[in-house]
Amino acid sequence: MTDAPTRSELRGRLGDSIARPDGVPKVQGTFAFSGDLSADGFLWGATLRSPYPHARIISIDLSGAWKISGVEAVITATDVPGKSTYGLISHDQPVFAVDVVRFVGEPIAAVAADHPETCRRALAAIVVEYEVLPPLVDPERAIDGSHAPVHPDGNVIRHQRIVRGDQTIQGPVIVEGTYELGMQDQAFLGLEAALALPDSGGDGIELFVATQWLHEDQKQIAACLGFPEDKVRLTLGGVGGAFGAREDISLQVHTCLLALRTGRPVRMAYSREESFLGHVHRHPCTIWMRHHADYDGRILRVEARFVFDGGAYASTSSAVLINGITHAQGPYKCENATVDGWAVRTNNLPCGAMRGFGVVQACFAHEGQMDKLAVAVGSDPVAIRLLNAMETGDRLITGQVIENVAPVARCIRETAALPLPSQPVGGHDLDPLRLPGGSGLTADVSHIRRGIGWGVAIKNLMYSEAFDDYSTARVRLADGVASVKFATAEVGQGFVTIAGQIVRSILGVDEVIIEAIDTTVGSAGSTSASRQTWMSGGAVDGACRLVREQLFQHVGQMHGIDPLRLTIDGRDVVDAEGSLRVSVTDASAGLELDQTFEHHHRPTEDLDEFGQGNCHTAFAFVAHRAVVDVDVELGLVKVVQIATAQDIGRALNPLSVVGQIEGGIAQGLGLAVMEEIIQIDGHVRNASFTDYLLPTFLDMPDVAISLIEEPDPMAPLGAKGVGEPPTISSTPAIVAAIRDAIGRDLTRVPVRPNDICLP
Amino acid sequence: MSVIIPTSLHSALQALADSPEATVLAGGTDLMVELNSGHRQVPSVIAVSRVPELCSWSHDAVAGLLHIGAGISYDEIAREPIAQWVPALAQAARTVGSPQIRHAATIGGNLGTCSPAGDGLPVLAALDAMIHLASLTGVRTLSFADFMVGPKRTARLPGELITGVTVPVVRGWQGYSKVGVRNAMVIAVASAALVADSDAGTVRVALGSAGPTILRCPEAEAFAAAHVDFAAGSAADSVVDQFAGLVRTAARPIDDHRSSAAYRRHAVGVLAGRLLRRAFPHG
Amino acid sequence: MAESQIYSLHVNGEQREVADAWLGESLLFVLRERLGLMGSKGACEQGECGSCSVLVDGALVCSCLVLAAAAVGQQIVTIEGVAPVGSPSDVQQAFVDAGAVQCGFCTPGLIMAAHSLLERSPAPSEMEIREELSGNICRCTGYGRIIDAVQRVAVARIVVNGRGIDGGIKS
Repeated sequence: MTDAPTRSELRGRLGDSIARPDGVPKVQGTFAFSGDLSADGFLWGATLRSPYPHARIISIDLSGAWKISGVEAVITATDVPGKSTYGLISHDQPVFAVDVVRFVGEPIAAVAADHPETCRRALAAIVVEYEVLPPLVDPERAIDGSHAPVHPDGNVIRHQRIVRGDQTIQGPVIVEGTYELGMQDQAFLGLEAALALPDSGGDGIELFVATQWLHEDQKQIAACLGFPEDKVRLTLGGVGGAFGAREDISLQVHTCLLALRTGRPVRMAYSREESFLGHVHRHPCTIWMRHHADYDGRILRVEARFVFDGGAYASTSSAVLINGITHAQGPYKCENATVDGWAVRTNNLPCGAMRGFGVVQACFAHEGQMDKLAVAVGSDPVAIRLLNAMETGDRLITGQVIENVAPVARCIRETAALPLPSQPVGGHDLDPLRLPGGSGLTADVSHIRRGIGWGVAIKNLMYSEAFDDYSTARVRLADGVASVKFATAEVGQGFVTIAGQIVRSILGVDEVIIEAIDTTVGSAGSTSASRQTWMSGGAVDGACRLVREQLFQHVGQMHGIDPLRLTIDGRDVVDAEGSLRVSVTDASAGLELDQTFEHHHRPTEDLDEFGQGNCHTAFAFVAHRAVVDVDVELGLVKVVQIATAQDIGRALNPLSVVGQIEGGIAQGLGLAVMEEIIQIDGHVRNASFTDYLLPTFLDMPDVAISLIEEPDPMAPLGAKGVGEPPTISSTPAIVAAIRDAIGRDLTRVPVRPNDICLP
Repeated sequence: MSVIIPTSLHSALQALADSPEATVLAGGTDLMVELNSGHRQVPSVIAVSRVPELCSWSHDAVAGLLHIGAGISYDEIAREPIAQWVPALAQAARTVGSPQIRHAATIGGNLGTCSPAGDGLPVLAALDAMIHLASLTGVRTLSFADFMVGPKRTARLPGELITGVTVPVVRGWQGYSKVGVRNAMVIAVASAALVADSDAGTVRVALGSAGPTILRCPEAEAFAAAHVDFAAGSAADSVVDQFAGLVRTAARPIDDHRSSAAYRRHAVGVLAGRLLRRAFPHG
Repeated sequence: MAESQIYSLHVNGEQREVADAWLGESLLFVLRERLGLMGSKGACEQGECGSCSVLVDGALVCSCLVLAAAAVGQQIVTIEGVAPVGSPSDVQQAFVDAGAVQCGFCTPGLIMAAHSLLERSPAPSEMEIREELSGNICRCTGYGRIIDAVQRVAVARIVVNGRGIDGGIKS
């Protein structure tokens, strides 16, 4: 026993694995997701969608819908009072189709009625006469100009080259391949849903919606409604996952229009089938790559051609393209490059953001190439990657110098040091569920071959190409209680947890109130690009520091101490050079300290015509090693283990970091072996969870994780974003492991059984 | 729309006689998907899950027969005691959907829907199961082969209810294998059931998701019966290979978004070969 | 859409009247929209995600695949019936503590499935947990922390019950 007064430690500071503040409501089912929100006298909204990938609309007859009892509104393009189109970068997507439909699922009309079944009948009663047009589904025909423009903006969304260094280098070692990725869906579980409440005068609207970026939605919705932005007030409805699919507008404008038209609250909620059609997806992509290397395997030059199929509307395709081509070299030193990149328009489903944003595509190609290079020079997957591993100070093929911490070699070494699976094929218990095919009992241990593969990735963090990216936070402190306000979309990633930890660490308070997430504070930017811990974390951190400065000034004045001598220790304000110790609660009694801070990341530049420029903000790195068991004859795969070491800067909440890593790997696994939206001539064949397969408990392996903590001086809290890297190189690692097991090349994901076992 | 919940077989048959166009609801795992999506409108539903006559099973050890009521769930079929008498059916049951689906889904519902991908159906076909139907005017029993007449088409007549299925308790090895593109909760891309009846000296094999109906493979069956050694539990590698080849030939698969005809044909051969090897483990 | 007679359902120990409902409604829809029990979530409407899991007469089922009007007279337990608001069950608390919750949309269904599993099998192996929960899709977590949460509960219950387990944990 000591005489010192017992002081319980302040829990929940940065570095602690504390639980989520919304955890208990979520496990009890009381957390309100956007689809759970309701209002007295509400109506259901629903959308009529195109059955054709490309058609001219001859006529629309709404009269049948109006005749159905319970129908309160039926609207089309002619009912859009403001701007008729929207979009994140170019505003090329109509609120409702006008004259022509460009993809299966394009909205044509919307209804509001008293019951979802009434809506369904009303939609069925709308008669649309189409003249079906030939769809453009081959991206190469968009590039070569052999198909008439399917949109006034043309069939090429963006073309960009990267030309750097010596263009004449050939060999001496050359490896080449063409890689293809199917269309992946974000498949968040909480379907698109919103509740719109019209102002009584009809001159404004309140919208509760699950989104990634409230202020961008606000801007686009207001333009379409013809309202000033302040007449469109958004509050984040509980978000059931996002992964990129909620960055674009889906049902927002439709819900508002129906509410304004009827003067009643309107709820809209997509079905799963509609969700597959109603949001953007990961771009299908074809990548040709040729690497020139010396006899040791050192990369001398990379050549590449990327073709991203953007689908019918632009969304973020132009940015996805830039991300893809600027990451063509991977996390490897490379002085010379010749890259040609295209993002094109077709009559396939529109594509945009998904976790990894263009880099998933690039990584699948460059990692396939690294394995080929290893074989060509008689090296191995680990040695070839270590030989070429990028370091701080190296230049990208855009000429940009990597200024961040860049522990690529360490990621590889620490991954390699993680133990391989302890269980042999089939496991010590010979439980058939451990084998490929699982309870289908397709295989015995003798049918299985095990393989090991590698994937390593570089990922840019935050926004690029001269975008003024910022986030806002407001922090108040009174009587020892802090409250924090931001518009940062909490989509499950846990920013609300981190925000509280930042506030506790800096202000020494126990209680942190997270205020409603809405548009009554400045923009936080999008919950995407692995940016919120850095950006909104930086904003909360900045606002807290301003509040703390105010508090120190007040305490300094009260006690005649230079505020610069004051620090926070636990829950107290202390004088570093004297004996003063006063609790934050007492020090802030009667005060109302209130500060708002905007965190901007450093400016970035556009690329020039040769693809040169400091276009990215910062970078993170990761390595993955996959162990898979393959039934070679049936082509079935069971991923046995993923080992990973990830460059995270600093673990603000290690448990949350592990959750991001495991969850990201599950999505990478999905792309590797099962997830693909299948379209034939623009028609979607598998818009359901019966046929679009997501990894289950029995598909996901154990994950061995090593967190590489080298705080990044450029990051406000030393922490890099951790969300995207796990999704990026896990896919190529798994495919490499399958190649290793079966001894043949695989160039397309998802790998299908017939790719493995049929000629 | 009306919903009738009969609590006896007679009242169920009466309800069906009164509205022969009514849709029979068993576990709901097929019908509700169609209702939820709006792809199907049903004027009236007869929910048969409370009909006690459908919700029991009985084992006749003397006759070597197991009767399974139409309302028995796949969860129950996957477990003992039913699993000991028809292990292949239990294996198939364990692959039906998810635990939640298996709790609700019934063997009668599986028969009523009669999809070529229905997990229990290849086993019923390989066991030469008898399907029992009842109506107010009488009962009849059909072999599985006569019962399933096409993809999602059966010989059930308006006013008839599937009341159960009788399968023989066979001495000898039996098993089921199913290929899906993930390791749980997946529709069969291809499946096969094999029954080695050591008393009869026959090998029976049936394929799922490999044709418009569940397919039996008579040539492969005859070949196997003639070339395996029941007493020794052995089959030569060449016999296994030829058997697999005959099964591949018997398949009539299609291309669709779940897989290709070529893969399905290949897969049922692999599955059948492996099943035969499990039945006759010695070379 | 009024085209029904009134029926009543037995939910979480109470008899609840359902009026003016379309008879084609799923139990999930009725729980959420007629009875205000929003804890059960719908993410696929075809039994392929498990988010809507409830107990009907003790059996874990997808409420989206139950015709509500046909569930008359059956005992229905939803996530709201697991524990009082603010007093989470051991499984619920373990999910929070173990980091098994991210967006939380799949969570109520998984809580129902985990409770059901631990009722039937108090000390499940890892493979048993994986198989028994394989009808519940989670898109955020990659499942690792969920398995950890279920294992934590199994261990804690055994310790509480004083039986000890292989690892020698005794009360």
